[in-house]
Amino acid sequence: MSLGRREFLAWGTAATAGAALAPVISLVELAQARSPEEAASSLRRWGLLIDITKCADCDECVTACHTENGVANNGRPRTDAQWIRKVNLRDKRTAVAQTLPLMCQHCEDPPCVDVCPTGASFKRDDGIVLVDKHTCIGCRYCVMACPYGARSFVHETVTGQRPDVPRGKGTVESCTLCVHRVDRGDAPACVEACNRDGGKAMLFGDLNDASAEIHRRLHAEPSAQVRADLALDTGVRYQGL
Amino acid sequence: MNRIAVALLTLLLTFAGLAHPNDQRAGRVAVPVVKIEKSGTCVAPTEEMRRDHMKMLFHQRDRTVRQGFREPRFSLKGCVECHASRESGSVLGKEGFCSSCHAYASVKMDCFECHSSSRHQGPVGARR
Repeated sequence: MSLGRREFLAWGTAATAGAALAPVISLVELAQARSPEEAASSLRRWGLLIDITKCADCDECVTACHTENGVANNGRPRTDAQWIRKVNLRDKRTAVAQTLPLMCQHCEDPPCVDVCPTGASFKRDDGIVLVDKHTCIGCRYCVMACPYGARSFVHETVTGQRPDVPRGKGTVESCTLCVHRVDRGDAPACVEACNRDGGKAMLFGDLNDASAEIHRRLHAEPSAQVRADLALDTGVRYQGL
Repeated sequence: MNRIAVALLTLLLTFAGLAHPNDQRAGRVAVPVVKIEKSGTCVAPTEEMRRDHMKMLFHQRDRTVRQGFREPRFSLKGCVECHASRESGSVLGKEGFCSSCHAYASVKMDCFECHSSSRHQGPVGARR
């Protein structure tokens, strides 16, 4: 059986229309929240933009993070886990002071992943850097490799974990960008708290999504990476640094 | 000839069974308590769950952590939501769904050193 001229032309038209529609369809899909049956996509890159000029002298982000993730304060600052912290900067000559939240910067080329001997430290397809605690042996190479001091080792037995955030003694952990919230379409707890009770300095979004506000601002306004000299291409960017 | 052999074997096995009666074993090792307080069906038939629940959990854990799939079917959180005890709200403890069977089978599980062993939405009766 062979195709007649008319049939061939009809098929050709349909195929062309399909090819023209395909990008539109994929854009629509991106704009919607991911379903639980869908894997994290490398088309996305989650990130934060933090405007330090608006960062108030509070620690709402730190409190919200540690509440959300069940990170308890045992009153032992040398060994207590710390997923996010406020860093105070002060110019010695001019005495101009700044304050900023610092957490895992979710690098494109993370040093913690390079040094991990078991592959427990990894970067998910959507750019979120995580520790697979099932394979973490607690060697703490990543703690040493991270230039931002973002990782903590869990020194003590943990009880009362949040159902979405498993934590246990003998493993390394750090900011997960609230991956459990991101997967259900919410912003990280720190961003939510900052925009509710803090200085409205934090913005969360997909760095690859041209329609996202974070994408627009990063392309229109100047921003900086902490330790940009290391060329890690961080997912967390700062303004006013 | 075969029939006689089978009959003899059956007889022998019966006596062997009598020599170690079940109640004697139960006296030494606590028999697991399997109380399922939430009605409805599990994610797979009971026989399959008994044999393969660990494989399901292993498979799902890598899919979730590494790839970001969040299917509710084989999630550990889902197991705990259904199987936690009405009194303690937990799958651990003396009569806990997970711990009593694992104690009987002498299989150590370390899931709940990191994962929450408690139902989060309150006791079964109080669910919406």
